[in-house]
Amino acid sequence: MEALLDKIVRDLPAPEGDPDAPARAMIFDSVYDTYRGVVTYVRVVDGMLHPRERIQMMSTRASHELLEIGVSSPEPTPSKGLGVGEVGYLITGVKDVRQSKVGDTVTNLAKPAAQSLPGYADAKPMVFSGLYPLDGADYPVLRDALEKLMLNDAALVYEPETSAALGFGFRVGFLGLLHLEITRERLEREYNLDLISTAPNVEYEVTLEDKKVVRVTNPSEYPTGKIAEVREPMVSATILAPNEFVGAIMELCQSRRGVMGGMDYLSEDRVEIRYRLPLAEIVFDFFDILKSKTRGYGSLDWKADGEKVADLVKVDIMLQGEQVDAFSAITHRDKAYAYGVMMTGKLRELIPRQQFEVPIQAAIGSRIIARESIRAIRKDVLAKCYGGDISRKRKLLEKQKEGKKRMKMVGTVEVPQEAFIAALTTDESKDKAKKK
Amino acid sequence: MSLAATVVERSGLPARKLGTVFFGGGTPTLLPADDLSMILRAAIDQWGIEDGAEVTTEANPDSVTPESLAVLKEAGFTRVSFGMQSAVPHVLKVLDRTHTPSRVPQAVQWAREAGLDVSLDLIYGTPGESLADWRHSLETALSYQPDHISAYALIVEEGTKLAAQMRRGEVPGIDDDDHADKYELADQLITDAGLGWYEVSNWARGPEHACRHNLSYWRGDDWWGIGPGAHSHVGGVRWWNVKHPSAYANRLSQGLSPAAGRETLDAETRNLERVMLEARLQSGLDVSALSPAGRHQVAGLIADSLVDPAAAFRGRLVLTLKGRLLADAVVRRVLPN
Repeated sequence: MEALLDKIVRDLPAPEGDPDAPARAMIFDSVYDTYRGVVTYVRVVDGMLHPRERIQMMSTRASHELLEIGVSSPEPTPSKGLGVGEVGYLITGVKDVRQSKVGDTVTNLAKPAAQSLPGYADAKPMVFSGLYPLDGADYPVLRDALEKLMLNDAALVYEPETSAALGFGFRVGFLGLLHLEITRERLEREYNLDLISTAPNVEYEVTLEDKKVVRVTNPSEYPTGKIAEVREPMVSATILAPNEFVGAIMELCQSRRGVMGGMDYLSEDRVEIRYRLPLAEIVFDFFDILKSKTRGYGSLDWKADGEKVADLVKVDIMLQGEQVDAFSAITHRDKAYAYGVMMTGKLRELIPRQQFEVPIQAAIGSRIIARESIRAIRKDVLAKCYGGDISRKRKLLEKQKEGKKRMKMVGTVEVPQEAFIAALTTDESKDKAKKK
Repeated sequence: MSLAATVVERSGLPARKLGTVFFGGGTPTLLPADDLSMILRAAIDQWGIEDGAEVTTEANPDSVTPESLAVLKEAGFTRVSFGMQSAVPHVLKVLDRTHTPSRVPQAVQWAREAGLDVSLDLIYGTPGESLADWRHSLETALSYQPDHISAYALIVEEGTKLAAQMRRGEVPGIDDDDHADKYELADQLITDAGLGWYEVSNWARGPEHACRHNLSYWRGDDWWGIGPGAHSHVGGVRWWNVKHPSAYANRLSQGLSPAAGRETLDAETRNLERVMLEARLQSGLDVSALSPAGRHQVAGLIADSLVDPAAAFRGRLVLTLKGRLLADAVVRRVLPN
């Protein structure tokens, strides 16, 4: 260990910085501690930070008093200050996590630096999904939870969004599907939230005929006017698998609008296949299907690879003529029909019968592409109701009225919350839930 | 019975004579008619009985004779309700009913000769019962010219043999549309035969043949239920006895109350029950029992043809045929949230 440390001291270049210049320290992480508030981790580049000084965040211009400064060794240990090249933590007693943004520069309020440090390149979210609390009252909890997660996850972006069907929630941007799953899992486990997430989608660039360009991260923002072209993000994907699965993999990629880039044998029985695919085609269930088609041997690696014009349309789902925003999807024109049939069929199973017939339609613009209907309920009465049945019947009635409160109204149609969740859940993830 | 009498006396409620007596819940006629008569006599001795009181017993068509019915009439019984259920053998088999369909007309005839009012109970929607089967049951029952008919949709209770068979897929499940078709057919045929509906599942040959005992349940009157599992409702309190016969007998022999649980009904709950029960009656619910928000719903119910417009105009909520089939939905709509 000692030899290793000696080697580090001898071989690695010492940090460069001006100890006499105004202080500049870069925030590389920050966490929220229930007892101490926000703990900010920094690396000092120039100058020095001392306890009890007033410091300033250069991006927000907010200033705070340094209650404690120290190093991790590995427990937080207060020190008399942090100098050039030193890494440590700052505590200001601030509770608002937004005050300590990763990549921001900390300086001394009395002797501020003229220029902030370059910070980190912003990670660009690729996949978007709406997150909604199952219980509307949890919305503030979800907001706080996202703020805290964002503190040490610079890639996470979100903005509030309202859905007629799901209420108040957030449209959240992620680096990819794994990031989405981890974030969702953390929100549910660490913050005890029950969430509905809408089907993930990518960001589209829609050019209207009047040359106006709109970036769409949510199907409900899809413009209604005349559209000149739609561009979607592409990825270049590399798939490694035993060669016996080449056929199955090519079939899968072809069905996902992939264009083959090349194929190499890494060994006698291992092959590398390269495809250019629309990101939208791999965000949902691609990896799960790849795994099942290759008996678990296939691996997928992908990186962003520009944008491409595609023949995309928005499919709307309507209940009794009322559009249900949560179920809208942007798909390739060739797949719109399949989506419409799948979603209308699913909803027909999930929505209970009402006192009137409820048509369920899938439409592109004003053109209906699929239609199902829920027949009106004809019987809703308990036949027998004598002395011994009255209490039970009353309790049933009270329970039904309670259940009615959990219904979301879409126009005059009562839709149980469970129907939304089930309709937005893929069969794969349902299986996963069962396994838990 | 003496317990009941003592409780009522000590609670300071006014002394009342029996208005109706109902022997039911199982097959009371398995007891010899003399025993049933003895029980009735004991009740009358304890409480007294109003002139023209209604006294009913449920009966299996196989367990009565002209003699036993005459004994009942003599003791003060006025009415007998036969559990006919169906006239179709394969339906009776699924229901696990053992009586012989051909005994029913005879039993009805004997009861009539003994001077008793006759009611027939029918069940529809049994797995395997076709619409033609049900029509046959209805037409057969009506050909005996009963004074009263009850027709219930089959309810499959958890823990029964039928529920298990349904879960295993051995018999088809319950289909609400099938129930609706059969209810509509029942209402049509029974009405054509000259009986009128007075409650969702009950029809009578004129108001004087309606079952007053059941009406008292639906109108929130006081009643005292005797026997294992029986419910009672007196002075705004409802209670129910332990279910198992031996537990019931033990409690009584040790001088303990057989009650297993009780609830006190507050004004809000009583109103809820009133709306829930009176809306099922042909006499209807007084619209003034509804909250302003509930009254506001009435126009919509008329528009949806669930409620009779003329009756609503007179201030009573009376269900249409469609409304009777959706009675629970109507009640949910008019009750405050």
